[in-house]
Amino acid sequence: MSQLPKPDTAQLRAKYPELFDRPASARLATPVMIVLALAIFVFGLVDLDFSPSKLISGISQLGWITMLMIPPNPGSSLPLYMQALGETLSIALLGTTLAAILALPISLLAARNIIHSNFIRFPVRRFLDSIRGVDTLIWALVWINVVGLGPFAGVLAIMVSDFGAFGKLFSEAIEAADKKQVEGIRASGGSALHEIRFGLVPQVLPVIAGQVLYFIESNTRSATIIGIVGAGGIGLQLAEQIRVLEWQKVSFLILMILVAVAAIDLISSKLRFAIIGQRAVP
Amino acid sequence: MATAISILPTQQLAVLNDAYRKAVARKRLKAACAAALFCAALVIAALGAEVNLRTLFTYFGNFVSYFDRILTLENGARVWTDFAEWFWGWKKWLRLLGETLLISYVGTLIGAVFAFVLNFFAAQNTSPAPWLRFTVRRLLEFARTVPGIVFALIFVIAFGLGPMAGVLALAIHSSGTLGKLFAEIVENADMKPVEGVRSTGASWLSCMRFAVLPQVLAGYASYALLRFEINVREASVMGFVGAGGIGQELVVAIRKFYYSDVSAILLTIVVTVFLIDISTGWVRGRLFGKETRR
Repeated sequence: MSQLPKPDTAQLRAKYPELFDRPASARLATPVMIVLALAIFVFGLVDLDFSPSKLISGISQLGWITMLMIPPNPGSSLPLYMQALGETLSIALLGTTLAAILALPISLLAARNIIHSNFIRFPVRRFLDSIRGVDTLIWALVWINVVGLGPFAGVLAIMVSDFGAFGKLFSEAIEAADKKQVEGIRASGGSALHEIRFGLVPQVLPVIAGQVLYFIESNTRSATIIGIVGAGGIGLQLAEQIRVLEWQKVSFLILMILVAVAAIDLISSKLRFAIIGQRAVP
Repeated sequence: MATAISILPTQQLAVLNDAYRKAVARKRLKAACAAALFCAALVIAALGAEVNLRTLFTYFGNFVSYFDRILTLENGARVWTDFAEWFWGWKKWLRLLGETLLISYVGTLIGAVFAFVLNFFAAQNTSPAPWLRFTVRRLLEFARTVPGIVFALIFVIAFGLGPMAGVLALAIHSSGTLGKLFAEIVENADMKPVEGVRSTGASWLSCMRFAVLPQVLAGYASYALLRFEINVREASVMGFVGAGGIGQELVVAIRKFYYSDVSAILLTIVVTVFLIDISTGWVRGRLFGKETRR
């Protein structure tokens, strides 16, 4: 077996200076970042009143709660919960649809290939961004002030907060559309309306439909929680049962949410594939 | 304009038109059925959600005037005429905002650590045993599906009011989402280095450390930063259920109709979310270059 030749360190050093003599800033960057991250973490733990005793007593409390949760049992209020679940699904469906309908015209204003002037596009985009910056729960609180407690406030909250998200996503879908098909329609003598109807819509519609379906799915989750502030649906029941410490009912409600979300996931992913077709795997 | 397009003979055209109509008719019927089904679902949903258009029209003015009111100070002037009065509580709000950021930071970090530990067991190509993979996957799914604020509600009872409940709720929810994303990165990783390390007789742990980790670390950091962004938003509402942060002040202001406070706090939250979005975007760009997947 032949011995490997001894590496000539000096020559290698001269050949690859960037590997052997990296500047101190590059060598120190990673450790400094890790130390900084840990320092903020420790500061956070101290500032947020973390203490081992609190943690241990809390975890034992949590264990106790978990014991009380088993087995899940709705008691006599199963019909009420089913109705609340239906309400939640209704809120998600209706809120998302309304948001999509409202967002469509606005998204045209925010799309670069439709509105060329920055003067309109920029404020529209910032407006949509600031709507998205506010959480659904906050919108729910605002709408409760306006239309009163109940699921209707939830519908409006989901509508407003999704309006921001849809406006952005739709405008991106429109911007991503292929220009050639529009030009083709124009070349064969189509009017501006024909260009949109036969050139743009067939490209954009499947993308938009997929996004709307995806949002209905994710809004089922959001709709479960807006009840916590009083905007109807299953969250209202959940928050109430947690406050009165009816743990068996709580675990039953959580199970209901899990099953409902899984079912909606399944249905909407099937539908999404049916609409988009096999070619686009998200 | 002179017509240069030659038109086909009528007979030929009729055949083509017929075929076209037939092809389109089936599609149209399908679309119409789907639309009808969807409309029916909407009507049922509207009945279920107690949608009352009359309420909306009666109160829609309130929604607009609500924004008018939150932009008005108590003395009737517009808020931007007197910043000192508008942001009268800025010291308290900034402190709470800092707390919100800390909650999301600590929550994301703890969640990321949990996800980091668990994801190798959840990924198809690295999991040591199928039953382990199944269990970890279900666990992550559970943590992901139950909304963070529901965890917060329960933790507030177990750990007492305060930011600790919020941190732990965010941590659990983030470990669920990040665990899934991390596992997907690992599943996309190249397995050849793993074979190389294994062929030297290394243990499972060394395989992960020296073959998988160098490939996936950048993706992990990128997703964790994205999660931090989302968690800042989530942490801003944790206070609604008493789990610390600026949400507490906001819910009090909204419920007690301190109008100008509502707009001031909302503005600080929106600005903070903007700043965090921009700065994490910048950090991601610096760390991983522009071409990193989002």
